[in-house]
Amino acid sequence: MIMGHVKILEYALSCCWRRKYKNFAIVAVYSFTISILASILFLTNSLKTEVSAVLTHAPQLTVQALSGGRHELISIEYGSIIRKIPGVGEVKPRFWGYYYDSLTKSNYTMIGVTEDSSDLQLLEGELPVDPGQCAIGSGVAKIRHLAVGEDLVLIDSSNMGVVLEVTGIFAADSALVANDLVVLPEQELVRFFNLPVNRATDLMVQVYNKKEVNNIARKIKEALPDTRPITRAEIIRTYDAVFNWRSGMMLTIFSSALIAFCILAWDKATGISADEKREIGILKAIGWETTNILELKFWEGMVVSLTSFFIGMIAAFIHVYFFDAPFLVPVLKGWSVLFPPFKLTPNLGLYEVFTIGFLTVTPYVASTVIPSWKNAITDPEDVMRS
Amino acid sequence: MFFIYSSTVSMARSKKHYPDMQQLVSKLQLTDLALWTEARYTRHPSQADLFSPFQDFPSALEHFPAGSVIGPVRPGYE
Repeated sequence: MIMGHVKILEYALSCCWRRKYKNFAIVAVYSFTISILASILFLTNSLKTEVSAVLTHAPQLTVQALSGGRHELISIEYGSIIRKIPGVGEVKPRFWGYYYDSLTKSNYTMIGVTEDSSDLQLLEGELPVDPGQCAIGSGVAKIRHLAVGEDLVLIDSSNMGVVLEVTGIFAADSALVANDLVVLPEQELVRFFNLPVNRATDLMVQVYNKKEVNNIARKIKEALPDTRPITRAEIIRTYDAVFNWRSGMMLTIFSSALIAFCILAWDKATGISADEKREIGILKAIGWETTNILELKFWEGMVVSLTSFFIGMIAAFIHVYFFDAPFLVPVLKGWSVLFPPFKLTPNLGLYEVFTIGFLTVTPYVASTVIPSWKNAITDPEDVMRS
Repeated sequence: MFFIYSSTVSMARSKKHYPDMQQLVSKLQLTDLALWTEARYTRHPSQADLFSPFQDFPSALEHFPAGSVIGPVRPGYE
């Protein structure tokens, strides 16, 4: 019984080998399509993993001020109102902004800090303490050719050149979050941007009980209607939406590849060659059952699609995790001048493997078996004559 | 083989890389990835105005390619 199936499989392999040039062409296109789909899925999945691992330490609750529907500087006085809400711990103002560097045509994110850096693992050097000092991300260091101890010259809001000594550079491993950072002492940043007295970019709110974050956000919104509280969960959800495989540009590439594949499968489904028809007719004439022919075509489809599936998956894995996705990064990069080089963590799950397998192998095998079934149920003489 | 490689690398990174990154994010109170630096709403998608990327006026065309990578964010608290 089993030997019968093995023999049919053996015959299917010899059929595939007989039409090797046609099958090689199909496997090449098919593998390419699968590798595009898999690369997108691997890349977005890994970025989501990074987000969920790293941004879980983002501020629990950030409170912005809104004016005319836009983000505005917030009054530091609001901190004392928020602090009175039960369950709220510390409320700290955060000072940050953007700087366009016309020399390199890139944007930097400037952040003010008050804390010391004695235990920061990903910082070579230390965080700035005195005015006239700064720490920079690896992207800024690279584009401005700077090392620790050298000077970074920026133009402040009163159009005066400011010379900042680089006291620290964030390691390349931190580029995903710190590539474009320029960190200044808080008072230096306030002076640099000429921020009004008693105003901060936003407020960070500590909530004692994690389960109360949404309630506190609601209470802040009620007490201060011109503010917008942003919870940590919302930050993570934003990135889930960005890297969701159903959204944006990813979907565009994904669907283009899928449509290309559907055309390939449709072509197979609608056109069965005269040689194949004759082969089916002969097999029927020498006593093969319809079920044997269907099994033969099923195995042929499986051989081609599983070969393509494995080649495509391996190519995608190597593309994304060994070469850092050079074909997809330009799509993600957009117009960013400072785009971080990132080493992604492989995150290969059964879900991804089965999703790609189901989307590609099933329609191909179906499109191989169905036209053969149509021929297999016809009289062998008619099939051979047609 | 790839499953084994994936789990080995991710275990190694979760021991060293992630705690260091978490420390940095926590210390500097960072909220976003430094992926798209071309505009403020692409640099900090989670902190952007609710109607981003159409910031300049209602129904304005999107300026930056990254805007088409970023899908709309669902409103409301979790």
